[in-house]
Amino acid sequence: MSALPLAALRQAVAPQSALRAGGPEAEQIGLLWNVLLVVGTAVTVGVLAFLAYALFRRRGDADETQGDRRMRAGVRWMVAGGVVLPIVVLMPILVLTMRTLGAVTLPSRTVASADEPPAPGEFVVEVTGRQYWWEVRYRARRPDLEFETANELRVPVGRRVVVRLRSRDVIHSFWVPGLQGKMDLVPGRTNALVFTAARPGRWRGQCAEFCGAQHAKMAFTVVAEPAAEWQAWAARQRADARPPADPATRAAQGAFLNSGCVLCHAVRGTPARGDAGPDLTHLASRLTLAAGTLPNTRGHLTGWVADPQSIKPGSLMPSVPLEPRTLHAIVRYLETLD
Amino acid sequence: MADDAAAERRKREFEETWDAPKGLLGVFQVIDNIPIAVRYMATSFAFFLIGGALALVMRLQLARPDGTVLDAQTYNEFFTMHGTTMMFLFVIPFLEAFANYLIPLLNGTRDLPFPRLTALSYWTYLFGGIYIYSSFLFGAAPDGGWFAYVPLNLKQYSPGHNMDFWDIGLSVAEVAAIGAAAEMIVGILRMRAPGMSLNRMPLFCWALLVTSVMIVFAFTPLIVGTAMLELDRKEMTRFFDARYGGDPLLWQHIFWVFGHPEVYIMFVPAVGVLTHVVQTFARRPVTSYTLMVLALLATAFISFGLWVHHMFTTGLSPVGMGFFAAASMLIAIPNGIQLFGWITTLWAGRPRWRTPLLFGVGGVVIFLLGGITGVMVAAVPFDWQVHDTFFVVAHFHYVLIGGVLFPIFAGLYYWIPKFSGHLLGERLGRWNFWTMFVGFNVAFFPMHLSGLRGMPRRVYSYPTGLGLDVLNLVSTVGAGIFAVGVLLFLVNFARSVRGGAPAGRDPWEGDTLEWSEASPPENAQFARIPVVRSRHPMWEQETLLPVPEDDADVADAARQLDHAPSRWRGSLVVGVLDGRPLALAHLPRKSPWPFVMSVGFTIVFVAALVEIGWVFWVGAAVTLVALAGWFWPLDTERVAIDELYAARGEGARGGQATVPADAPAPAAPGPVRLPLPVGDRSSNGYWGTWVLLAIIFVSLGTLVASYVYLGAGPSPVPAA
Repeated sequence: MSALPLAALRQAVAPQSALRAGGPEAEQIGLLWNVLLVVGTAVTVGVLAFLAYALFRRRGDADETQGDRRMRAGVRWMVAGGVVLPIVVLMPILVLTMRTLGAVTLPSRTVASADEPPAPGEFVVEVTGRQYWWEVRYRARRPDLEFETANELRVPVGRRVVVRLRSRDVIHSFWVPGLQGKMDLVPGRTNALVFTAARPGRWRGQCAEFCGAQHAKMAFTVVAEPAAEWQAWAARQRADARPPADPATRAAQGAFLNSGCVLCHAVRGTPARGDAGPDLTHLASRLTLAAGTLPNTRGHLTGWVADPQSIKPGSLMPSVPLEPRTLHAIVRYLETLD
Repeated sequence: MADDAAAERRKREFEETWDAPKGLLGVFQVIDNIPIAVRYMATSFAFFLIGGALALVMRLQLARPDGTVLDAQTYNEFFTMHGTTMMFLFVIPFLEAFANYLIPLLNGTRDLPFPRLTALSYWTYLFGGIYIYSSFLFGAAPDGGWFAYVPLNLKQYSPGHNMDFWDIGLSVAEVAAIGAAAEMIVGILRMRAPGMSLNRMPLFCWALLVTSVMIVFAFTPLIVGTAMLELDRKEMTRFFDARYGGDPLLWQHIFWVFGHPEVYIMFVPAVGVLTHVVQTFARRPVTSYTLMVLALLATAFISFGLWVHHMFTTGLSPVGMGFFAAASMLIAIPNGIQLFGWITTLWAGRPRWRTPLLFGVGGVVIFLLGGITGVMVAAVPFDWQVHDTFFVVAHFHYVLIGGVLFPIFAGLYYWIPKFSGHLLGERLGRWNFWTMFVGFNVAFFPMHLSGLRGMPRRVYSYPTGLGLDVLNLVSTVGAGIFAVGVLLFLVNFARSVRGGAPAGRDPWEGDTLEWSEASPPENAQFARIPVVRSRHPMWEQETLLPVPEDDADVADAARQLDHAPSRWRGSLVVGVLDGRPLALAHLPRKSPWPFVMSVGFTIVFVAALVEIGWVFWVGAAVTLVALAGWFWPLDTERVAIDELYAARGEGARGGQATVPADAPAPAAPGPVRLPLPVGDRSSNGYWGTWVLLAIIFVSLGTLVASYVYLGAGPSPVPAA
């Protein structure tokens, strides 16, 4: 992605609709939805038509004498509409449900325990829910190929991605409607979910289980790109942060390392090793800030560092009063972390 | 002439006996079902308005992206309290108010079996509601969702008192609901008009019987669960903490074992209301009474097997999910039977378009859509997309507003003339219906789409650019229209009680016994106990008085109880199945102790919140005093016992209190000779005790199931 479209991409919100499938899993579910919609509409229209007929049919003078006959017919209708119709309609739907379920999930034996490395050929991302952001760890069979980022999943197009879901605090739910249904992140368990992005693009995802004050602003982006681009990106992400190239940046880094930021954040290749907040090693390469809340631009970054509590009240990042000079130095340093 | 004077005196005496206590002190001593039901109705309707106002403010917040009407914390408090209020403080108590008022009237009896329990339930409910809402005064309103998932609501993540208010206050309200349920079960099974066998009982009573049994089996686990949660919050236990061998999913299982039947606990009484409205305004008995009863029973049974469909996204095994998906679809069968039962009744009859029927049919239409989307969300992979989104918000509002709120309004328009003696305005009623119906659909139909377009539930804001802006604005407009509809109801009601047309006994030509009584009914309702020979006594019986063709014991009981007993409150106890008169139940006249006892409860629960020891002991002392006062023998009990022995010529207090089997039936009204059982199988207390045992059994069952779920033993504490 070149510089200009990236800036534009950062401003636009990625689509988050279950109705526009970006891969086979979401397509399968979309197909199920279409069947449910058609059948549901047909049943609704049929029943409403019957109700309308029952209410508004023409009633002759001799109508009263038909009472007993109608009563017997009515019982037949109750059985036909209440027992036969649901069974006839729902059996095929149940079969389709179970087939779809099989098509969009992993065969259960391949759901590895959380700490195992991926099986050969398996693409595993471990997502850990935190109040209110997503820790993203790319797993690999060789530990030195693993790396960590936050609030953004980049994946190669066409590759089946296994997402292992865990939580460090409360229950969250991982949901990218364009690619797959949601799955909860439950403390003490590891859940799994698979999706495949069929084409390059971006999809917005969001926490779907109420997780506290800022549940509404716990989003993330899935970016699918061709395998080669993904490899290049992954190589950059694995690397430590670039050391400052000039004295001004070195001073800016000093301001960062002397600030409270390092208590919670890590920047690989520096003494900053905090674990409470997102890893900032390649912050500048990400599309958004504060878990999908803000576009990653200088203005927003400055605003976020200066006063996160006015943007996401109740988030765990405190608003720390900073001298303007310090603030700008920190932002300047963060901008070099690409 | 002397006989006439004696009869006249007895009549006056009877009416005095049944008068509700008056004056300021009387307010706290009333235990009669009707005044208590009216209070229940007014209180729960007030909570409905409050809960609705919360929803309106939330809709204003969501009208535009990045709304600024509410901040995140307040929004979270509002949605938590909206759900809590509507479920626990409006719908259940409101339906219980209907039941308190109507069950004795529908079943042709004078009161419920445990009037003091009625009052206790009301006061406890009122204090529970105030308790929860008082949290706003302390700036600590519950904010963790009406479902209080853990670990979010454990102390670590929710350190304030917010969820303590919820947890404890809810327990108070639940105790009230269980108390009312115990009362309904015994009342419906045991206290009916002579001749009203179980298969002649009105469907509303059937519905309440089913609901009450469900409350015992569903609310009890919730009380146990909230107690476990509170113990965890006080950090005395670790039931739900994964770090210490607990499991957050255990809470979800317990909560939804309650939470799913809860939906049907609300829906089943509404089925009863709808059936009455449909019958009356179609001018026909429902197509198949038997199928309707079976559908109610099947609903209750199946509803306990569906709870896991609230947990499809928690990572369960596919086989388990398949089972619960199938069970969830199965519920369509009883619902379908009910739906087609109403439609065919309307088809066979000649519908009269009055407001109650409008609300009834409108409710059916809305509920149908909710049922269809209900089948959709039972399809597991589709549920994974829409679970916890606005699609589900739309789904269950269609179910609850169509299946519960509209039937409640149908019931209000149907029975308010009975309650107040005045008809409601028809014209305004139509406006009321159409604004609510249109407003509802404008508000909630777009939510299906906003959910599919990615709008999760319980978010205080959403960004622009997701295609949600217009849909949300439309929803907010719809909510406003709906609110206008509710206001129109209040206007209609106010105009009606200030001089609406008098309703008379039977404004709708209804089929059930409540229409044989005055509007509003005398406190001493059914001074003459009606004899029931049909399912639709007001349509099919020439008279409610005993006739020579009646069974001797039925006619005899009706004659004996004509304005009698007059010096104490007595009501008939009948055989569960056959409705044959068995005995008399003595009912207390007034008592301050239910009020005192619920004050005691509330103090105990306040102590649990503030954790101050002496407050607890004060509450416990008040409760104990109330308990002693409650069990103190009543004067009227002594009068009743003396009278009955005197009538049987045995002198006071001697021998077994039963009528000899071969006693001849008297021809004319005479002294009351039915037995007054105490402690044997025909006493209400005996049956009430069984319900209590069932409650204890279910609580223990919940604990045992939790123990088994957590692995039948202590799990090792993982290394830190």
